[in-house]
Amino acid sequence: MADPVVINPITRLEGHGKITIFLDGKGEVSRAYFQVPELRGFENFLVGRQAEDAPQITSRICGVCPTAHHTAASKALDDLFKVDPPPAAKMIREMLYSVFMLEDHALHLFFLGGPDFVVGPTAPKAERNVLGVIQKAGLEIGKRVIAMRKELRGILTELGGKTIHPVFGLPGGVAKAVTPEMQTRFKETATRALEFAQFCEKLFEDVVLENPAYVKMIMSDAYTHRTHYMGLVDSQLHENFYDGQLRVVNPTGAEVARFPAQQYLDYIAEHSEPWTYVKFPFLKKIGWKGFVDGEDSGVYSVAPLARLNACSGMATPRASWLYEKYFETLGGKPVHHTLANHWARVIEIVYAAERLQELAHDPGIVDPDIRTLPTETPKEGIGVVEAPRGVLIHHYTSDERGVLTSANLIVATQHNAARIAMSVDKAARSMIHKGVVDDGILNQVEMAFRAYDPCHACATHSLPGHMPLLLQIHGPDGRVVREIRQDG
Amino acid sequence: MRKPEFEPRIVAFVCNWCTYIAADAAGVARSRYASNVRLIRTMCSGRVDPQFVLTAFEKGADGVLLCGCHPRDCHYSSGNYKTLRRYTLLKKMLSQMGFEEGRLRLEWISASEAEKFRRVVEDMTEQVRRLGPLDLDGGD
Amino acid sequence: MAGKPKVAFYWCASCGGCEEAVVDLAEGVLDVVAAVDIVFWPVALDFKVTDVEALPDGGITVSFINGAVRLSEQEDMVRLLRRKSKYVIAFGSCSHLGGIPGLANLWDRRSIFEWYYHKAPSVADGGSQEPRERVEVPEGTLELPAFWDVVKSLDQVIDVDYYLPGCPPTPKLIGNAVTALLKGELPPKGAVLAGTRALCHECPLNETKPEKLLIKELKRVHLTKVDPEKCLLAQGVLCLGPVTRGGCEALCVKGAMPCTGCFGPTDEVRDQGAKGISYLASILDFDDEADIRRAMEAVPDPVGTFYRYALPRSILMRSRGVKAHG
Repeated sequence: MADPVVINPITRLEGHGKITIFLDGKGEVSRAYFQVPELRGFENFLVGRQAEDAPQITSRICGVCPTAHHTAASKALDDLFKVDPPPAAKMIREMLYSVFMLEDHALHLFFLGGPDFVVGPTAPKAERNVLGVIQKAGLEIGKRVIAMRKELRGILTELGGKTIHPVFGLPGGVAKAVTPEMQTRFKETATRALEFAQFCEKLFEDVVLENPAYVKMIMSDAYTHRTHYMGLVDSQLHENFYDGQLRVVNPTGAEVARFPAQQYLDYIAEHSEPWTYVKFPFLKKIGWKGFVDGEDSGVYSVAPLARLNACSGMATPRASWLYEKYFETLGGKPVHHTLANHWARVIEIVYAAERLQELAHDPGIVDPDIRTLPTETPKEGIGVVEAPRGVLIHHYTSDERGVLTSANLIVATQHNAARIAMSVDKAARSMIHKGVVDDGILNQVEMAFRAYDPCHACATHSLPGHMPLLLQIHGPDGRVVREIRQDG
Repeated sequence: MRKPEFEPRIVAFVCNWCTYIAADAAGVARSRYASNVRLIRTMCSGRVDPQFVLTAFEKGADGVLLCGCHPRDCHYSSGNYKTLRRYTLLKKMLSQMGFEEGRLRLEWISASEAEKFRRVVEDMTEQVRRLGPLDLDGGD
Repeated sequence: MAGKPKVAFYWCASCGGCEEAVVDLAEGVLDVVAAVDIVFWPVALDFKVTDVEALPDGGITVSFINGAVRLSEQEDMVRLLRRKSKYVIAFGSCSHLGGIPGLANLWDRRSIFEWYYHKAPSVADGGSQEPRERVEVPEGTLELPAFWDVVKSLDQVIDVDYYLPGCPPTPKLIGNAVTALLKGELPPKGAVLAGTRALCHECPLNETKPEKLLIKELKRVHLTKVDPEKCLLAQGVLCLGPVTRGGCEALCVKGAMPCTGCFGPTDEVRDQGAKGISYLASILDFDDEADIRRAMEAVPDPVGTFYRYALPRSILMRSRGVKAHG
């Protein structure tokens, strides 16, 4: 019996993320387990609630991506009540969604994942944070990021009532219309947002792509898994955040499935393990073959890297150009390098800004007709969006009064759970030898999953973003030989 | 398992102008009725805030009886209608929270209906006795 | 560094929205950081629990704690912070009242597991497995924290000095609270650091609210087109503004949607759900039982409507929670 090493956050006291590593008699890793230690039961307590309250209730799954849950729930309600929102309502939803994706991705770039690159993966921990980024890149940049985020979040507040936990979504539309006066301001914001997106693009290029060491790290085997990928695409197979069909490609890049979210149960199933509260979705037609990659495994991945792999291009010009460059630089499609998620996220920042620009300029967005009132008896509804962290599916059934009778949610980070577990195991195996574990290893193991921008508030419930971790290493006799904590 | 000797505790909120007088009359007439009821006199059934009802349950009541004047007979003209609306909603909410039907009851009992008061108390006591003690300790 | 107040931020069972609300202070964050000495903030800064343990009792001026309490670990942590802090502020609806995750108190651990790991339509393998607190794997033993039956508000676990309400609290109220703390201008213990009157008093639509509000027809919000310039109650949409504490400046109403009560009730109310019922009963303009029943069909979920953010603090749920796990 091996003796585990555990990476826990604060966690004996907290329980947000925990990695347990077992070493064999030679001090080599026999297996690293990534455990998610919490669950909240939203699916249960949605039962009995009025369906129209679901967008607001489910947004409380996550305060970082409330807009994703809010929008997925609103779309599930469109389906439940069989109502098609008027064109302006769809545009408003997608515009708010683009705003949200842009500011959320920017948050990750500057506050969460970015510091590893801008400050450096082996830089002292005290500097590996947003303050370190500001120090290295300059205070002006810090101020610009804060100001841009504030301006973007202002749009969410104006149309959504609140920025965090907005209230705009209703079955058949949105609560508040865009006035011509608002449109004038939103156009200006969109222009600044596009400049900001290009600034992010440039920053990433200068800091990461111009640095051969980083490119080498991105492409290294320790951070590579050949899995299936899933993402939402429009009718031209272009990536889309708000609507479309789910497309799955295999590790060679060939399409193996394309389906509307309403058919998700034919394609996706969930596997449970006794050692973690998170469930592991897999491709139902292939089956659960364990934590392994390859064409014969049902494990798939979502989020920026997966989205780029699963689509055949971007719908906007600048993003389209970056998409080509991405695959050219990284050796063709699909890209299997987990750390390439960061670059993909930057491309999506550009796409979100371009899409925001298009929608803010659309004359149709100021149409005051923003609601289609339900007239049919509600029964069952399924909605999907691409959350920043990947495919998000809400599925409800209701009685004839529109009171929910069941809820099933498959959440972004959950789709990635199996691949994240594999990434952590692989990173631990490549970093730890002969029983030698140092603090630097912790960050490199962490980088393996930080690239996914995992949101365990979403996946089960614990704190999103920069996760506190507890790493426990157990020796062959089962005793803890080393414990490393990171409180956030 | 319920103990056979379980004696339910019932809190009855009674209106000063009707049911309280009926209860008093029942006592004066020496009618026999279950001693499980504790009376709380209010000036009107409309005075009974739903918080009073929840507090009664919190403090150990197994059942709560609300009594007021018959419709159109309210001393303050509309207090009992308000009671009816509150009761209707409160009952729905308590059922969502796992309370059995029968732990909360509304009855219109006028000053002259001492016999009805006796009958309601007897009936509710038996009903709550069958339900057993209110287990707020629930969960696991 | 003497004189700078020491501040800690901590989260329990929460969604992270309260932390985002702090980030939404935007450039204001920098002012706060300059004025105080942050000794603990797991989500943003790298301090350890041991650092907190090393502080003298009462050594932290104020701890802001968000999230409800569901795990023993959370309980240990808030007890530690209570001991080390002069003031504890319950930050946000979950900490204040139990919050939306508190609706889980309608269910227990078993029923939650039953659905999530066994019955949900996407569950594979016939739902044969579920997580356990201790499990043997080929390499050794793995452990998970226990999952409780009951969600609690912060003051059901430790003594709380002040409350910052809201899901999440607004940056303005956060700023006001920090300023009051820095100046030492503190209200009496137990105060909720927001408005003292009902939300209607600060609602921009209050002028369009009828003097005496009586409703013949309640309308569920998805079945009606709301006029954003007119009091929602006057349009028959159940807005909880009259029974909800003010302080948010009517954000949801400005979004053309009704208030759902996240700031909790005003000072004189003990139970938000019971108060909500009382309020609705007072505005429905019907005297006949059949009419009342029909009108109330528009509120098929009183618990989720009136206790949306406060179920753990309900008079009934409190008895239940404390007895089971106190």
